[in-house]
Amino acid sequence: MSAQPGTIAPPMVVEQRTRRDARQELFFRWLLKGCALLVLASLLGAAGATLWGGREAFAKFGWHFLVSTAWDPGNDVYGALVPVYGTIVTSLIALLIAVPVSFGIALYLSEVAPAWLRTPVSSAIELLAGIPSIIYGMWGLFVFAPFFSAHIKPWLTNNLGNKPDDGKLSWVAQHVPFIGKLFGSDYPFGASILVAGIVLAIMIVPFISSVMREVFQTVPTRLKESAYALGSSTWEVSWDIVLPYTRSAVIGGIFLGLGRALGETMAVAFIIGNSMTFSASLLDPGTSIASTIANQFSEASGLQKSSLMALAFLLFVVTFIVLLIARLMLRQLKRKEGN
Amino acid sequence: MSAIYLRRRVTNWIAIALSTLATLVGLVFLAWILWETLRQGISALNFKLFTSITANGEDGGLANAMVGSLIINFLGIAIATPIGVMAGTWLAEYANRTKLGETIRFLNDILLSAPSIVMGLFVYTIIVLPSTVLTHGSTTFSGFAGGVALALIALPVIVRTTDEMLRLVPSTLREAALSLGVPQWKLTMQILVRAARSGIITGVLLALARISGETAPLLFTAFGNNYMTLNPIDKMSSLPQIIYQYANDPGDTMHAMAWAGAFVVTMFVLLLSLGSRLIFSRNKVSHD
Repeated sequence: MSAQPGTIAPPMVVEQRTRRDARQELFFRWLLKGCALLVLASLLGAAGATLWGGREAFAKFGWHFLVSTAWDPGNDVYGALVPVYGTIVTSLIALLIAVPVSFGIALYLSEVAPAWLRTPVSSAIELLAGIPSIIYGMWGLFVFAPFFSAHIKPWLTNNLGNKPDDGKLSWVAQHVPFIGKLFGSDYPFGASILVAGIVLAIMIVPFISSVMREVFQTVPTRLKESAYALGSSTWEVSWDIVLPYTRSAVIGGIFLGLGRALGETMAVAFIIGNSMTFSASLLDPGTSIASTIANQFSEASGLQKSSLMALAFLLFVVTFIVLLIARLMLRQLKRKEGN
Repeated sequence: MSAIYLRRRVTNWIAIALSTLATLVGLVFLAWILWETLRQGISALNFKLFTSITANGEDGGLANAMVGSLIINFLGIAIATPIGVMAGTWLAEYANRTKLGETIRFLNDILLSAPSIVMGLFVYTIIVLPSTVLTHGSTTFSGFAGGVALALIALPVIVRTTDEMLRLVPSTLREAALSLGVPQWKLTMQILVRAARSGIITGVLLALARISGETAPLLFTAFGNNYMTLNPIDKMSSLPQIIYQYANDPGDTMHAMAWAGAFVVTMFVLLLSLGSRLIFSRNKVSHD
């Protein structure tokens, strides 16, 4: 059907070719669209599958599931509060540590460090994000938890906790409410909610700091230079100019880190101690939603399996909302860039 | 020097010192983690790890887990790459600025950091459970199911990089081809995807780096197998899963083997992500 040079293909041939092109075009378009819809389907499917799997637990326990600390396979009674508490507390500890550290790193990389040092240091920090979570778990279990229980934990229990070794309560434990409970523990090993929170903090620092650094660079130079010209110090420019200008995106980056911390499984499963009994102390072992599922799902059946699925549904919905907020906050920044 | 001026200078010094300290803390932890993995991993490396299987316990190696990891990762990438590239192409070329396109792009970004263990449970529900019912229990967990679970984790990475890379291709290329009467699908396949090829390959390599360390989604899909198998519908072990199992074992020999496995996985992942960045450093890839 190839046209001779210098001649024009007869109208019928042209029409046939146009039709064939249109048909192929339509097919191609629908194929691509189908693949894109698969992305949507996997998101809806994950939510639907866990909701469906958890229907027995939701039907049996109702709202009570959320507020019960029971987890008793013997009597077939399950409640989500212990893993939910562990998930929230480890993530909050992680944020408390990671947010200031990430801000420091972003500040250092965008304002303080000499130009030749910026690329290597930021690549090194980003390397932290590339290390698989199971390596963090191994390191946490065999290196950091023993180090913590030998060097840091005794100081915390003796100076802040309500169960010190010599039985004498410190001033802080006596006078500041809750502190004694939070740091009181007679559990002999390092694995605990606090250690899990610290390791999670190390894991999310590269995510938060790279978002912060990226958005700090979108601040117009003339804004910063105006402030410097008026005599501001580096700190004043960062705190009074850069941070307010990028506030929503910075919050977005923090929520992105929070989303990661909530859903992290392996690192936490190694070092949180996997205890299903409730304890207010940060130095006692606990559990998180993801690590409970990882530990129990393959041996569970019946109502226990359904309860684990229900936990997974809760986790998925909460991380979805957190990540949704993160992306909405970050999207506002993109719009600003366009103007 | 007035009091206000002094206070401002001191505040500034403290802020700079603290930010430098924060960076040092980050680098110290990076070095500490890598150092321990290297030290404990290298001292546990031996030839038997690559030749003997985990069924031999303390006298065995990790050969079946390594082969299993390769097969499951290959399956994951083989499933995710065509789907991800096509979905990313649709987002960039056909649905840019449409409502559905924007929604999918947005949800894909969320999927990028969704908890991987939930993806494992999803694949458990749609593949492991039905295959158990259909085959009356003779096929339950499988390497294939593990591959699908990893594909779901790799998919958003590939979609996002393909989308970003295609949108970087100058629109004059599109206009030139369209003005010659080339149908849009030929333009996409033969010109745009080719122009963005190195970026798309970077995305696939990053996705591979991302899934090679994944453990959680494999626990209830590929499950684990102490014997060597090449059959994807068998239960299959993988390095991360064996690391998890051996690290929780009380024996020191098992811990050493877990460290050796951790070393292999870390080296693989770091070389992949470093390599993909070095080779294609002219393409900026964001992967948060």
